[in-house]
This record gives sequence, structure tokens and C-alpha cells, in this order.
Amino acid sequence: MKSLRVVCYLNQFFGQLGGEDKAGVGPQAVKGAVGPARAVEQALGGAGTVVATVRCGDNYVAEQTDKAVAELLALVAAERPDLVIAGPAFLAGRYGVACGALCAAVQAKLGIPAVTGMHGENPGVDLYRRQVYIVETGAEAGRMLAEVGRLVALGLKLVRGEPLGTPAVEGYFARGMTRHIVAERNAAERAVAMLSAKLAGRPFASEVPLPDFPRIPAPRLLKTLEGATIALVTDGGLVPQGNPDGIEPLNATRYGAYSIEGKAGLDAGQYDNVHRGYDTTYVKQDPHRLVPVDVARELEEQGAIGKLHETVYSTTGVATTLAHSARMGREIAEKLRQAGVDAVILTST
Amino acid sequence: MTPVAVMVGANRIVPAAGIIHPLGNTELSPDEEKALRRRIVEKALQALRTEVVAPTVFGGE
Repeated sequence: MKSLRVVCYLNQFFGQLGGEDKAGVGPQAVKGAVGPARAVEQALGGAGTVVATVRCGDNYVAEQTDKAVAELLALVAAERPDLVIAGPAFLAGRYGVACGALCAAVQAKLGIPAVTGMHGENPGVDLYRRQVYIVETGAEAGRMLAEVGRLVALGLKLVRGEPLGTPAVEGYFARGMTRHIVAERNAAERAVAMLSAKLAGRPFASEVPLPDFPRIPAPRLLKTLEGATIALVTDGGLVPQGNPDGIEPLNATRYGAYSIEGKAGLDAGQYDNVHRGYDTTYVKQDPHRLVPVDVARELEEQGAIGKLHETVYSTTGVATTLAHSARMGREIAEKLRQAGVDAVILTST
Repeated sequence: MTPVAVMVGANRIVPAAGIIHPLGNTELSPDEEKALRRRIVEKALQALRTEVVAPTVFGGE
């Protein structure tokens, strides 16, 4: 088997250019292995050679990622590698994002495997785990040799087209892929075994990965209610007649912004409900059963709240993907913030 | 649905009147129904005034 050509990517620190003072340095390639790339060389054994180490300052990549990745990609391509190993970046955020972005580009544009490594809390993990094999490492470089060894072992499997085990077995972050396997025991047997283990206090692993909901610190209301602007938001499917924004009845990717300016309440004749996850008969009869504009207006008039925000945001929360929910939430929150809203009452079905 | 809200990490949670009419109740007269709605919204305002460090359910009626 021919000796593999491997290119390593390192930031300015691990690439031995310097610390934060060199974080603005642009991409450059040097022949052979530098710094941790020497550990890659060692882990390759006789399987291949690090033909070049590409390095770049973290800020250079972070501040102009598209341009930087294109430049890095050109340097990598010039070395005609069979495999790219980026990092490991451990818990270094800018470095992790750069490694993820470069690996994704290498795979997509050059069609060769690329592997990186990071700590689970590196933001690069969430951004790139679906596209790129990211080996789980510690937070710091204390076990560099062993961890680089795992990156290289995975990289070699990819280059050779060898079948990969599960993420837990191979030590990379799950990419969200589903693969069919033949189980030795049927689902009932496995479920009972799991229950027995749970009752006996033995360790067991669920076969269904639960979505990871990041904890968001609860913000504090910075004003008194009497001085605060409150907005109403719902995922219960309220739309104006005709559903002008085409909000999907389920699996929503869109939301609407509907003015309530000058309205003391919601006139049932002007609204519809497109949510397909519950019986909407009663909220169509009276939309206040979903979005309490009537009492919120009264509370505004009585001075219990400073102001009712004049836009209601609405979508349908049914079989909506976590990714779209998070995006819509972020976009709505940004608009509310720009409008000076202090707090939100979100009504859900 | 409050256990789901807790699980996904909503910080301030007020139990409402049901899935098909969270802020209403068709068994009540219109005035009673509106009073119920007002109590739920006031409870939500009270929740907004309250500092929390983890998902917190503000007890129902």
C-alpha cells in the first residue's frame, strides 16, 4: 500500500508562530510536521507521512471565515493529500470552529477525508459534528499523543474505506446518522434487560438519543412591570384569515408577525388557526383562548403593565424540528429586542 | 404539558387551562372564562417578576 500523504492544520499557537499576538497571521504552509503534527507523524507509523503543516492565526479565520477557509483550502490542495488532520483544538473555540470549517470544506471541495478533535463544549462541535468526524478530546493538550493517535486511527479507517463502529466505540461525536443493524435480541428483550439494569442500579444506555436542550440562564426582568413592554407570542397556530404567510400546519419553518395596533381584542372573524396538532375548534371560536389580547389590553389600560407590544408572533409548534424552533425563536427574540420589548408571554397548546 | 416545558428548559412556566383552549374554558360563562384568562395572565406576570435559576412551574389554580 502506498504511503499516504497527510496534511495537518494547526493554529498559530500549536503551529509555533506565537500566542495571541500572532492570532492575526494569515494562512501559510510549511513542509513536513510542526508541533502536534509530529505526533500525527508518529501515530501514522509506516502508513504515511505528514507532507505539510498548514497553519493560520485564530483571529484571521474567525474574522473572515469564508475567505480564510478558501485560502487554507488552496494550500491544502497544493499538497495533494490523502487525508487531512486538523487540530485537535481541545476547548479553544476559535480554533475549533476553524478546524470544523476547514474539514467540512476539504471533504466537500477536495473529496478527501478530514478528521478533527475537540472537547465537547467547543462551539465547533455543535457547528460541525453533522458534517465532520470530530473526535472527542479533553479540554487541554495534556494527553496530546494519545488523543492525536485516536484522530489518526479514525482518519486511516476513513481513507481505507473500512467500516466505522458507532460513535461511542470510535470516540467521535455522533453525526445524527441512522444506520440499520441486525440486533441479536428483539426490542422487548432489550427493553426488559434495560429495565432490569435500571432497577438493579446497573449502568445501561438508552438506544434512543435524547435531544440535547442547552440550559439557557433565566433572564431577570430589569424593569418593573408597570414600566415594561410585554409581547405575546404563541406556537398555537393563530393566523389571520387566509394564512398570508403560508405557515405550515405542522413541521413549521415559518412564523408570522401580526399587528394588534388599535385592537382591544381579536375578532374571531378575522382569524383562523392552521395548527394540526390539536382540535382548534374552540380557539377559532375565540382566539383569546390562545392569545390573551383582551386581558393584556385591560392590564395595559389599568397600568399593570407599561405597554402591550403591538405585534403578536405566531407559528405552529407541532412536529417542528428543534433546529427550526431554535432558529425561529432566535429571530423572533432578536426582533422583539430591537423593538424594545422587555418580556414575553408565550402561550402554548 | 408542563413536564415537557420543564424538560426543554423553559424557565418560567405557568400551567394553563388545557391543550385545546389554554387560556379559556368552554364550560364557563363568557365572564367567568375571561376572569380565568386574566388570572392565568396575572400569574404569568407574577412569574416574570420572580427571579428563577432553573425551570420553575408557578403553581396552578
